[in-house]
Amino acid sequence: MATLAGVFNRPYKPTGVWGWISTVDHKKIGALYGVTAFTFFLVGGLEALIMRFQLARAEHGIVSAEVFSQLFTMHALTMIFLAVMPLSAAFFNLVVPLMIGARDVAFPRLNAFSYWVFLFGALILQTGWIVGSSPNTGWFAYAPLTAESFNPSNGMDFYVVGLGVLGVSSVAAALNFIVTIINMRAPGMTLMRLPVFIWMTLVTSFLLVTAMPVITVGLIELYMDRTFGMNFFNVEAGADVILWQHLFWVFGHPEVYILILPAMGIVSEVLPTFARKPLYGYPVVVLSGITIGFMGWAVWSHHMFTVGLGPIANSVFAITTMFIAVPTGIKIFNWIGTLWGGSIDLKTAPLFAIGFIFLFIVGGLSGVMHAVAPSDAQQQDTYFIVAHIHYVLFGGSIMAVFAGIYYWFPKATGRLLSERVGQWHFWLTFLGMNLAFYPMHFLGLDGMPRRNYTYAEGMGWDFWNLVSTVGAFVLAMATLIFVHNFFRSLRKGEPAGDDPWDGRTLEWSIPSPPPEYNFVAIPTVHGRDAFWDQKYGDAHGHVARAPAGASSEDEGHGIHMPSPSILPMITSLGLGIAGYGLVYSFPVAILGAAITMVGTYAWSMEPAAAPDEHGH
Amino acid sequence: MEHAQASEHAEHATTTGIDHRKMLIWAFLGSECMFFGSLIATYLVYYGQSVSGPGPADVLDINTTTVSTFVLLMSSLMMVLAYSAVSKGDVKRFRVWIVCTALLGATFLGFQYFEFTEFGHHKQTFECPPALDRPALEPETACQDGATEYKANYGLTPRTNLFGSTFFTLTGFHGAHVTVGVIWLLSLFGYSFRRGGEDLVRDGGLNVDLAALYWHFVDIVWIVIFTVVYLIGVTVAPV
Repeated sequence: MATLAGVFNRPYKPTGVWGWISTVDHKKIGALYGVTAFTFFLVGGLEALIMRFQLARAEHGIVSAEVFSQLFTMHALTMIFLAVMPLSAAFFNLVVPLMIGARDVAFPRLNAFSYWVFLFGALILQTGWIVGSSPNTGWFAYAPLTAESFNPSNGMDFYVVGLGVLGVSSVAAALNFIVTIINMRAPGMTLMRLPVFIWMTLVTSFLLVTAMPVITVGLIELYMDRTFGMNFFNVEAGADVILWQHLFWVFGHPEVYILILPAMGIVSEVLPTFARKPLYGYPVVVLSGITIGFMGWAVWSHHMFTVGLGPIANSVFAITTMFIAVPTGIKIFNWIGTLWGGSIDLKTAPLFAIGFIFLFIVGGLSGVMHAVAPSDAQQQDTYFIVAHIHYVLFGGSIMAVFAGIYYWFPKATGRLLSERVGQWHFWLTFLGMNLAFYPMHFLGLDGMPRRNYTYAEGMGWDFWNLVSTVGAFVLAMATLIFVHNFFRSLRKGEPAGDDPWDGRTLEWSIPSPPPEYNFVAIPTVHGRDAFWDQKYGDAHGHVARAPAGASSEDEGHGIHMPSPSILPMITSLGLGIAGYGLVYSFPVAILGAAITMVGTYAWSMEPAAAPDEHGH
Repeated sequence: MEHAQASEHAEHATTTGIDHRKMLIWAFLGSECMFFGSLIATYLVYYGQSVSGPGPADVLDINTTTVSTFVLLMSSLMMVLAYSAVSKGDVKRFRVWIVCTALLGATFLGFQYFEFTEFGHHKQTFECPPALDRPALEPETACQDGATEYKANYGLTPRTNLFGSTFFTLTGFHGAHVTVGVIWLLSLFGYSFRRGGEDLVRDGGLNVDLAALYWHFVDIVWIVIFTVVYLIGVTVAPV
């Protein structure tokens, strides 16, 4: 085995592209996640723009019905799996070790593996655009529309294999963060002193670890049907196609909270910092997050109210769905309580966070309307649902993601994003978002169905569709402004300093950008808002001592960090090849699996840290 | 090497005192519970829903599978002995027990291979004349000349019916897990020759502990499958 490991000569502190490929540094991996995910965000946005352009007027012939189906399917898959989830992962990577006072995650190479598997899974999912057959069944891919006989092209195969590979990435990353958060906290950082963002990361990770296997089983069954002619969703053989819906939504509803809980975590960090007050009702916010995590498992059938599960099932799921609004509402009151009486500094980050509260309330209210099963029967499959999901996912997740970017960009890069451009970005996003999605409420209540590539003249839908399209293009403009701000600030932004926002948590106690080892000495934590207490003393006026050994002669030179390794990339490349093999040819799948196996062996024989140049 | 030891020592200083890797494998097994839970749920949802035979009572042979179940359970015992040996620093005994564990695991897989092929070639005797849901006569003259019964192919493949699809997928994925486990155990056997087993014993046999947790888990899943698919499947009629 030792000779096997020797085949791959280990890179020692490489630079350039090779440095990125072999990095195991959580901050660099976070950057990789962020840039990749934002690129896919732009791809998903482009798909949305084409659809909005098509719907701008009645009987517009920009795209065919088939292309439109592929567009709305890929728009959802791209935004959910390739934009919002990995953007959350980018924040987990960048922030979690810094906030808990750790030098890296528990398994740095596994972390790199997660990223590369994500990238290859994303490429598989997007292959359809190159070979001309993307998934076209909506992101939930109801059986039997996905059967080989109804859907003979490779589109659904890319869906099955792509999501399967992405699931491996998500579970690996989530396991890593669970162990990191439970097991690598700085001394004194008890669970009830964890920043709320860390709590939400933990809950999200548990949801990922438990929800992903369920969809994986659904995907396996679909794959077996399509490839080997099995009968899981074959009605002639007595199969019940509702099984797919259950498997999908048992995963799909926890997935909704996988998308929103990190966003709630970000907002819970940004608001206290800019209101210069501790988070109002910390234990209740944490408990609400945990409750949402549990309750997220008990509401899935509200996606299936019109399936005909019967009055008992519908009533139960209606009640659990209404109940889950309670912890969510509690959180909103706590955020408002945090702002109340604070000295609020309306920088761009808190603007996005407040925008989040405002828009998420709108989305939450229409969500409670869906909880009423008879009312939902009217809203099902109309634009009212589209309006709802965009208020919670764009108004919720994406607004919070932008808040997080403006908040932590200085920590990651050492430079501030331009505030002036940022204010333009926020107001245009806020305006565009409401223009694009609010009219969909009216269209939906008026009966305009989702997923139709066009509508007839004289339905009375022309005006609001046009408004919505204008809103979509305003959003596109706002996003371009952000991209400009990002690249300009990266080069010419104002230097941020260690603590530009007078922050409360440990990441602000170290230089921006942080050194590879993050903390010269691991800090000791004496309360919530650990860094604030260090600076100003706690509520009783006690100033905690500066972390012991902060000025030790160590200066980082004695700190051994995990060494770079290309094995995570090789191992996940094998998975990617195996994925294509499962679509096109089994020998290729075996080749990919062999690469993964060799990579795994080499990996397990490779020490976490290579001896450094001094031979230590 | 001095350094690798130092860093591993540092890893033991975790918040909870539990090694990172051990916590990881427990969380991973939680994920696996959901995986097998979903497969078993699918099996149960489709239990008795096949529109054509054969069903569990036709092909499953409790006697054979009881033997293979016993083999797999005994492998767990061997695994316990292997871990016990390595945690006492006894590399020689460890090698014996770990090879026993792997061999029993491989035997179980052999049984499964035998079962899978056997089910495909299953033949059964039916009364004459053939009922609607029974296999056609082969040859067509089989029921002539006052014959009261005929023998026909009644094999189960993954494509045959819902029972075939759910059975082969569930037990197949379990078998894949056992295969991964056998490879893992044999790798540990190979690893025990590195520096005379020094590396294996150093951290109290943690690497063996991790494999053992996985192995016992796969074993427990089989107990559930054996109960639900075999014992209940053959004896309890679907609702």
